[in-house]
Amino acid sequence: MGAFGSPIHCSQRLLFVHSMETVLQVLIDGILSGLLYALVAAGLCLIWGVMDVINFAHGEFLMVAMYVSYWLGFLAGVDPLVSVLAAGAFVFLLGVLTYQLIVKYTVGKPPLAALLATFGLAMLIKNFCLNRFSPNFRILSDTWLGDKTYHLGELIIPIPQLVTGIIALLVIGLVYALINSTRFGWAVQATAMDKEAAELMGINTERIYLLIFGIGGACVGIAGGIMPTYLAVHPEVGSLFGLIAFICVAMGGFGSIPGALFAGLLVGVVESFAGFYIAPVFKYVAVFGLYLAVVAFRRKGLFGW
Amino acid sequence: MVNPTKNRIFGKDAVWLLFIAVVAVLPLVPGFADNSFRMHVFILILLYASMAQAWNILGGYCGQVSFGHSVFFGIGAYGAAMALVTYGTAPWPGILIGMAAAGLVAVVISYPCFKLSGHYFAIATFAIVEIFFRMFQVWDWIGGAIGLDYPVIEEGLWNLVWYSKTGYYYFALILFVIVFGVVRWLEGHRFGYYMKAVREGQETAESLGVNSAMVKLTAMAISAVLTALCGVFFVQYNLRVDPSMVISLDMAMKFVLITILGGAGTLLGPLAGAAVLIPLQEYTRAFWGGLGGGIDLIIFGLIIILMVIKQPAGIVGIFQGIRQRIAKARGKGGAEIGTP
Repeated sequence: MGAFGSPIHCSQRLLFVHSMETVLQVLIDGILSGLLYALVAAGLCLIWGVMDVINFAHGEFLMVAMYVSYWLGFLAGVDPLVSVLAAGAFVFLLGVLTYQLIVKYTVGKPPLAALLATFGLAMLIKNFCLNRFSPNFRILSDTWLGDKTYHLGELIIPIPQLVTGIIALLVIGLVYALINSTRFGWAVQATAMDKEAAELMGINTERIYLLIFGIGGACVGIAGGIMPTYLAVHPEVGSLFGLIAFICVAMGGFGSIPGALFAGLLVGVVESFAGFYIAPVFKYVAVFGLYLAVVAFRRKGLFGW
Repeated sequence: MVNPTKNRIFGKDAVWLLFIAVVAVLPLVPGFADNSFRMHVFILILLYASMAQAWNILGGYCGQVSFGHSVFFGIGAYGAAMALVTYGTAPWPGILIGMAAAGLVAVVISYPCFKLSGHYFAIATFAIVEIFFRMFQVWDWIGGAIGLDYPVIEEGLWNLVWYSKTGYYYFALILFVIVFGVVRWLEGHRFGYYMKAVREGQETAESLGVNSAMVKLTAMAISAVLTALCGVFFVQYNLRVDPSMVISLDMAMKFVLITILGGAGTLLGPLAGAAVLIPLQEYTRAFWGGLGGGIDLIIFGLIIILMVIKQPAGIVGIFQGIRQRIAKARGKGGAEIGTP
């Protein structure tokens, strides 16, 4: 450890480790950020599972949603809890457009064509925002949820993150129900399994792809819509979230929404514990190391087939 | 045109030798070398063409699209910088250690990564970049996030540092010749065919007796060592290094995008990609300066999208298409050349 410089002094750390409350607090923080990751990942997971396409601009979709919510709050005074709907709708359209203008044309090209094309889109969106909105960090103040916290004994639960977590669970549940117990969902599953066969059954797979890209965008749009309450928005904010979403989806397993939820929670908790008990800089090292460890043993992720 | 063997030796290679000769005498032409910005652009084209070519071995010829090459790039850069800055010697021992370390790291990370396929492999290489980036940022021995700054030292081959652009220009040309030479040699060598066989179909290649794991591992190691060499040039040219300069995801993507833009799996592709991208990047930056933050990358993003959608074979593919069209027109009769 010496080479890396430990931020917490040894005796202090012992004190922390032995406190049960601290462990619980770190766990709660991890679960709350994990739910957010899961929501971001769910959208990506849907697209990946149905189309076998990685949307590299996923993190940038999140950033766009955050800007939508931020500007609505800043210019029109709309609270993020309301503008979350606008952000979701906006990114739904962005997803539809992305499919219609870009991803549609990568079908049948080399497997990574869609990834590279959407990377180009990510560069475009990121630098457009950089150019228009400057690299400044922006955060909304005086929102309804604001800096409110809920005290549970010794534990502190931040309300904005809690609400985000609840919304994340709701949206993920809704998407899961949509895929598993509606006619549309069955059509989606059929398309994911065998595109040609689904077309022969009279399913308009083109429209399914379009809607899936839209719904995947809406998921990340909703996540991004709430975030300006507690997280600053800037043009680079999406990159890390995008990467973590890739990790969650790949770790959870090809197109498995419960897998993405589980992986999101796991990533959140590992990040939280590594950040607290080892060193803050190690939290992402731990997360990405966890991914490598998981795929080394299960090539298709935890819930993959 | 009659004898294909003759054509290969005196056609393709002759064009390359001519190109190198022209590039080599350019600084001697009056009026060329005195514009230091133009020299800078030429140096960067040679550097990025070499980087993309090093990536091309694994990504283009062997078909394993790695997004992790900035790790090897960074290790090479840090090797030279550590020798010069921390230990105060010439960069040479650091260069050798850095290249060896890059090869070693490549082999070690290949072991888990090559088991994965498609998107899982791509994401694993992203994860490796992030891990190395964050480790380098907090590693005090190599300067942490602040990085290493070169002191003012004597110019020349011993320190691999020059006060003028011309010195770097020839250094970059030598780098270019080494990397392109290796790839040109691999193209005609048995190993080059093994790599292409693995790219076209791993199972088929294995059924014909190609040890695909070994081929991929070797391609990765060669690619990593050459990438580290490019990193050496990068740090010697910039005279400083920090983790975000070399081991970032953006840098990792540059390797991929330049090659894809030019045409993956071809000798000419990386050079074509760099010759388009680098002037675009440097001149838009010079033109708009701080005001136009990101405009070069907006244009570049658009080009990438269009290229992947319309012409996945890259710039080389466009030329091949034109050449085929001309050949077709000629076949039909000379009169049709003008009317495509």
